Parts: sequence; C-alpha cells; structure tokens
Amino acid sequence: MASHSESIIREPLITGKNITYGQITDDILRPVENMPGKAWWIGFTVASLGALLWVFSISYTFWYGIGSWGLNKTVGWAWDITGFVWWVGIGHAGTLISAVLLLFRQNWRNSINRSAEAMTIFAVICAATYIGAHMGRPWMALYSLPLPNQYGSLWVNFNSPLIWDVFAISTYFSVSLVFWYTGLLPDLASIRDRATGLRRRIYSVASFGWTGSVKTWQRFETVSLILAGLSTPLVLSVHTIVSMDFATSLEPGWHTTIFPPYFVAGAIFSGFAMVQTLLLVTRKVLGLENYITMFHIESMNKIILVTGSVVGVAYITEFFIAYYSGGEYEQYTFLNRFIGPYWWAACMMYGCNVLMTQMMWSKKVRTNIPISWVLSIIVNIGMWFERFVIIVTSLHRDYIPSSWAMFYPTWIDVGVFVGSIGIFFTMFLLFIRVLPSVAIAEVKLLLKSSSEQAKKKLIAKGHFEAEHVEFYKDNLIKFDSVDHSEYEKA
Amino acid sequence: MSSTKYILGIFDDPDEMMHGIDGLQKNSVPIYDVYTPMPIHGIDAKLGIKDSRLGYAAFMFGCMGGTTIFTIVYYFLVHDWPMDIGGKNFFAIPDFIPVTFEWTVLFASYGMAFTFFFATHLFPGRAPRVMDLRATNDKFVIAIDAKGNIPHEDINNILKEAGAVEVKHNDRKYVSYE
Repeated sequence: MASHSESIIREPLITGKNITYGQITDDILRPVENMPGKAWWIGFTVASLGALLWVFSISYTFWYGIGSWGLNKTVGWAWDITGFVWWVGIGHAGTLISAVLLLFRQNWRNSINRSAEAMTIFAVICAATYIGAHMGRPWMALYSLPLPNQYGSLWVNFNSPLIWDVFAISTYFSVSLVFWYTGLLPDLASIRDRATGLRRRIYSVASFGWTGSVKTWQRFETVSLILAGLSTPLVLSVHTIVSMDFATSLEPGWHTTIFPPYFVAGAIFSGFAMVQTLLLVTRKVLGLENYITMFHIESMNKIILVTGSVVGVAYITEFFIAYYSGGEYEQYTFLNRFIGPYWWAACMMYGCNVLMTQMMWSKKVRTNIPISWVLSIIVNIGMWFERFVIIVTSLHRDYIPSSWAMFYPTWIDVGVFVGSIGIFFTMFLLFIRVLPSVAIAEVKLLLKSSSEQAKKKLIAKGHFEAEHVEFYKDNLIKFDSVDHSEYEKA
Repeated sequence: MSSTKYILGIFDDPDEMMHGIDGLQKNSVPIYDVYTPMPIHGIDAKLGIKDSRLGYAAFMFGCMGGTTIFTIVYYFLVHDWPMDIGGKNFFAIPDFIPVTFEWTVLFASYGMAFTFFFATHLFPGRAPRVMDLRATNDKFVIAIDAKGNIPHEDINNILKEAGAVEVKHNDRKYVSYE
C-alpha cells in the first residue's frame, strides 16, 4: 500500500521539503524537456571525439588487419580481451541493481536502477564491439553462429566456452534490453502526455500506447518480478562463462576453479564503481540530489567494499592454491606477477582493488563525495589491470624461454580502448538527454512511505520512542541534501 | 439526455482514491477502470481483477527454449557431426547445460514480455487511450461509465466526499486522440 509507513530508524530515500508527485515528474524530466546545459555539451563533445577515435581505430584495424595491434605469437590475446572482459564486468552492476535488489526488496534501487541498466546495455555494446573487432574480418562473426554452411554442415563446437559465451552475451544483452525497455514504458508515457507536436508523436510511438490502467500495472509488475528472477541467474551465468573462456584452458594462471565466483564478484565490484562514477556526476549536473541521496551513495560504497573484499579473498586463495598445488609452472606464474617485468601491473591490480577499497571501512570516506568518486575511478583502473595481469602476464612467459615476449600496445590498441570509453559516454549522455534517467513511477512509490517529509510528519505526531528518533536524526547528518537547521530546533 | 460518456474522479492522493473506490462500491456503482501514475497495490483485488497468468507463459516459453536448443545441439554434436574428442562421449550433457540455460532464459523473457505486450495491446504506434493526460503524472483517476450509472450527481458526491480534487464529465471516451 502506498500509505504504508516504514520504521523510523530507516534512512529516507527521498529528501527535501514539499515534494509532490508532480514535482518528482518535473525534477526527473527537466533534462529531457529542456535544452541541455553547458556541462552536457562539453561532455558530449569530448565523448563524441572519443567515439570518433574508435571509429577511426576500428576502421584501421579492419583495413590493415589485426597486425595493426601489438599482438605477437606468445601474447596472442591482450587489450582486446582485456577490454571485453572489463566492459562485460561493468555491465553486471546494472542487472544486479535492477534484478537482485528487486528480489531482495531493496527500495533504494528504485532511483538508480534506470541509469544503471542503461549503463549495462551500453557496456555490453562496448564489449560486443571487441568480439567483432578481434576477429579482424568482422564478417567472420557469422561463423560463431550455428548456421548451415557449405562445409558439411560444419557446426560450431558446443563443447567450447567461447560458443557458450556467444550465447551468454547475446542473451544477456537481449534480456537486459527487454527488461530496461519494459520499465521505461510508463515513464515514456509520462513524457508523451506532457509533450506536444512531434515530440508527442515520437514518445507516443515509443511508449507503445501505455495508459496506466489497473490491469496494465498488474501485468507490468508481474513481468518485472519474473524478469528479475530470470536475470539474476543469467547475470551470474554470464561472467561465469566469461571466466570459463580462461579457466577451461591449460594455461597456468588461467586454469583455476576459483575463476567463476571470483570473476562474478569482480564484475559486480567494477560495475558498482562505474555506477558510482556516473551517478555522482549525474546527480550533481541534473540536480537529482533529493532522489539519489547520501544513503544511496553510502550503500553503493558498502557494496564496493564487500565485493572488493571478496575479490581480495579470491586473490589470496589463488596465491595459496598456487603454492599448495606444488605445480612449478603455476607457482612461477604467480611469483612472476611480482618479480617479472609486469610487476607494476600487478601492483596496480592489487593496490587499486584491495588496498584502496579497504579505505571504505571508514564512514567518513564512504560519505565523502569527492573521495568516493576518485575511489570509484581507482577501482575501475584496478579492475582493468586485473584482466590485463590475468591475460598478458600469464601469457608472456611461455613454457619455452625462447618464446618469452612482451606486449607493447600500438596506438591502434590505445585508440580502440579509449574510443570504446568515448562510445560508452556518448551513449550515456544521449540517454540522459532523451530518456528519464530515474524511474519516475518507481520513485513515486517511495514518496509516502520512505521520504524525509513523510518521516518528519510521523515524528511530529510523536508515535516513536525518543531514542529511535535520535538515531534517525543522527543518521541524517551525513545527508548533503537535508536542511539540518530544522532538526536542531526540534 | 446528457452527453457525458465517462465520469472521472481525479485524486491527488492514492489513499483517497482507494476511499473513492470503496465509496463507489458501497453504492454499487461499477468502476470502468482506474488510471494511476504508479502501481498501487490492492486496487486489483478491490476491482476483482484476477492475478496475472504471465508466470505460466514464462514457464512454458522457458521450457520451449531449453528444449529447442538442447535438441539442436543434440542433432549437431551427436547425430549430424559427432566429434571424437579424446574418446569422450558425443552426448556430453554437462557441456550442453550453459547454452540450454541461456535459451531457457531468453525464450522465457521474450515470450513473457511479448505475451504481456500482446495481451495488453501495447505496440509501437498504438494510439494511447488516455482519459486524462495527468494520469501519467500526478493524478489518480477513477473512470466510471456514465451510461446507466445515474444519477450523475450522486456519483459526483461520492467522489468528492472521498477527497477527489476534481470530477470531470467527459463527452469523449479518450482525450488523447488527435
């Protein structure tokens, strides 16, 4: 029920005074219904220049072939697969927020799930570009599909994790897309019913004729819940299968049974960091401080801390098992991470992912926006290096010392990677310009139960124990969007 | 004869709207539909709308997806072109699990979502049948078919009593057609 009021010791999910349903629509649709500000244009210019770099680097790759990358006979997989795994991992947080947190009835997801899901879709698109690009001849992508052909038919090998990956990534993208778009329908209808002229026509087509009748909402909620239930094992399967690309090989450093859970934890870790990077800026630029509050920021930081620590335990386990297995190649690979020529990459990986995130045990760090933002970027740098270390450091010392090699990226490698970041931000900036970046309908659900103003009214009525009210007020101190002077008087 | 087709009770607050539904039902006024900007739990029970059966659709589509891909892989790897990989079984069931799982999820999701769109008549280009444009923004709207439900004044009073901020008598069923 909309009028259900929750315990006072829970922190509010919507802050601000006199927030009405209409105000929520106005606030969230402001960037969609008005011309973008200077910050958006600057961001969009930089991002599209990055996207242009990607177009150029990819065209160069297709024209001259994979030889334009820094790969060699020993290190046959490097930045391409690093970038692929990095992007797929980043995508995972969107599904985690929209699906897993829905199943656990975590209401704070309501104001961040839309942009996180959009981020998932854009990240998976970026990942998919690497699959196409690393083939060199992109039309060869057709051979990864089980299509009849003139060689027999010679079918794809369903015993191979690489084919599982084709199925996993394409399913993940498709299901995320349908989940995201179904959720968008009511909000697109909100834009439609406020717009006029051509805008109204466009949003009318996009909103599929949504009306918000009782039966529609009932079915909508059923679909959301079941899609959440389906996406939860799906998201775990995707990174499990990505990890099997490595784990089922016989390469020391890859051939590890801990890879599936370790990759999934790492994926959620890096994904939340990317959500944090984007949302801390978005909330400021779009003025959404009342909906994406300090509670949201701190909760995400807590998840980063937990998953970062899980990843840390996985690192320690890897080292222990390398020692305990007694396999000299395995032991050498892990020792070589520190004493070999790529020692600096390993330092980045362990330093950024494990040591830096441990700072988040401190509440001061978790609730400090600039520090959180910097840490979220450090985490993503660390997670990129994790994949680099796993892939390049494991490969560059072959069994035969005469094959030992180093990997030096060419400027095309760099261009493809930096360009993919440009593509990602271009898509994200277009998204916040034309679509509601916060799920309007879902945030409205919270207004009567978990908003600051509702809780204030309940306190004024005096139903609660003074101790609980004190606890609640103490929790509000960290909020940057709350008018603290009002609580001092009371 | 009045030209009113639909009477709309427009509320600012979902709880007051629920009182409106109760009031109308107490007076045996049938409700045509209720339009809200967000899902309000409990209306479906009050209006006697049955639970959605989309879950069954999802289950059936999921079974179909899993069976389809398992059959395809069986045909490829066991029947059409068996590969001897170190003398292992051609019918290597564990290797078939990942793709079977993926297609189960894929078919279940898409099958259910498209069943939802089909059953609810949602598709790109569908003319939105909206009775009040504010129902997707900040108003909660109860719609009553005017035909047969007389006197209209009584309905007005029931809605006003429950806290309706506005009662509209619409001459057209939908306002959104241009």
